[in-house]
Amino acid sequence: MKEFFRRTRKSFTSTQSQESAQIPDDLWVKCSNCGELVYKKELNDNLKVCPKCSHHMRLSAREWLGLLDVGSFTETDANLLPTDPLGFVSSDDSYAEKLHKAQQRTGMPDAVIAGNGRIEQRPLCIAVCDFNFMGASMGSVYGEKMARAAERAAERNLPLLTINCSGGARQQEGVIALMQMAKVTMALTRLAEVGQPHIAVLVDPCYGGVTASYPSVADIIIAEPGASIGFSGRRVIEQIIRQKLPGGFQTAEFMLEHGMIDMVVSRSDLRALLAKLLRLYNPAAVIEGALVESLNGVEH
Amino acid sequence: MESLNEEPKILTPWDRVQLARHPQRPRTTDYIYALCEDFVELHGDRRFGDDAAIVGGVASFNGQTTVLIGHQKGSDTRENVRRNFGMARPEGYRKALRLMQHAEKFSLPLLCFVDTPGAAPTKESEERGQANAIAECIQMMTNLRVPIIATVIGEGGSGGALAISVADRILMQENAIYSVASPEAVASILWRDSAKAPDAAQALKITAEDMLRLAIADAIIPEPAGGAHNDTAATISTLGEQLRQQLEDLQQRDIATLLSERYTKYRSIGRFEEVSMATLLAER
Repeated sequence: MKEFFRRTRKSFTSTQSQESAQIPDDLWVKCSNCGELVYKKELNDNLKVCPKCSHHMRLSAREWLGLLDVGSFTETDANLLPTDPLGFVSSDDSYAEKLHKAQQRTGMPDAVIAGNGRIEQRPLCIAVCDFNFMGASMGSVYGEKMARAAERAAERNLPLLTINCSGGARQQEGVIALMQMAKVTMALTRLAEVGQPHIAVLVDPCYGGVTASYPSVADIIIAEPGASIGFSGRRVIEQIIRQKLPGGFQTAEFMLEHGMIDMVVSRSDLRALLAKLLRLYNPAAVIEGALVESLNGVEH
Repeated sequence: MESLNEEPKILTPWDRVQLARHPQRPRTTDYIYALCEDFVELHGDRRFGDDAAIVGGVASFNGQTTVLIGHQKGSDTRENVRRNFGMARPEGYRKALRLMQHAEKFSLPLLCFVDTPGAAPTKESEERGQANAIAECIQMMTNLRVPIIATVIGEGGSGGALAISVADRILMQENAIYSVASPEAVASILWRDSAKAPDAAQALKITAEDMLRLAIADAIIPEPAGGAHNDTAATISTLGEQLRQQLEDLQQRDIATLLSERYTKYRSIGRFEEVSMATLLAER
């Protein structure tokens, strides 16, 4: 744990663009769950889990990369940029404008960062969603990066780790966005053929077309405590059934109770768990080969 | 049925939405009973229940045993309530999943009929894993070792439609629509005003022609002037002829070719720009 801790802190401090709207100054953060003011440094040292109530605050995709061994990440497909395939405009705004604003705000071309990295020296392919970018909605770039990550993992005979949060399919890309659900699932058949696992981590919030596609058929499904996870949005259901839904509805714990995921794991335990899984699923020969490969620096 | 030329006016996407939802439009079972012989409906997901929003079974189509799966809307209010307006629950998708496996086990081609506003958004559906049920259907269809043809015969709504339409061929009836979410939902989410649904229908590109242009659909099936409900018999026989032709075409391929073409078909859906790393670095 200490390791994950120390390693991630570095990436936390390097990203200054955190959503700190309600913070009185830069030193303190108000926990959105318990309302306590938490010293920012203490919060970051605690992987952005509130030390008072254990609320798991959202991480950016860059912050999530702190899960990997220091310096092991190399980004792939950073050169894929979104377009406006439908020319989606309304009287109020346009998709092109929304994209531009999200890019300016986040410094990312779209909602997914993908690449290769290692956890405790074991190589893997990784793809991470960033909710700050248009609610991590799944459009063409999201789908393409996920699909390529799956294919790349298959080609290199490596496990795939996806860290997923999303509001669902990106409506401004219409049915093309919907079809990304099938595209990513299609690409994952390649990974299944080589017998490498897809490990999906569901983080707050994960809804719609993303929950209803590739992460829900992953070999191992892990969720963070308290994360909201579901298919239909809470408000949509409440409108239809005309009643309030109970408090714990559509949480990670609810998903576990109903048999939809394998486990709920605290952020501080995640890296150790992933290391254990990578050890269990990768036959020794593959691990040794990969280790030698990475030590020789010819991994890419 | 040279309907396109005979239309009195150019139909807007919102007009198509109305036609796609027309209460007298032929339903999945209308096609099955008219186009197939010896239909035997199979029920239940063997897990929890039987969802009347999805029908399925085996029948003889074009002289060969075929598996059929489709969303089923009702023809009147009472039946609509029983069939939940074609909005399937997890048990419906798990019934579909079972029938897909059935098709593979007996090497029977699979014909799917899509006609749903979307998957049922209810508390019970969430509890029983709506997301998982849809995801498993999609996964199953990605490499199901039999030919699959999916026809959108009315509304193709969101993930609930996709769950039974990952296919080697996607056919769109002329007035059918296929959408990432209903125009009402998109209008209310993006513009906080569901009354702007006609604008959303326009912006979302949901018509049969749009699907063909976006390389999602493989063919448009003509409808009689005024829509499918104006001449049900003609509508059904036109689709039947197309299904026969498409199926015969698909069955000329071996399974490996079929799966590889299916992979390529879906893998290539998406529009993005791939710039050189030099350009990217220069922009930063």
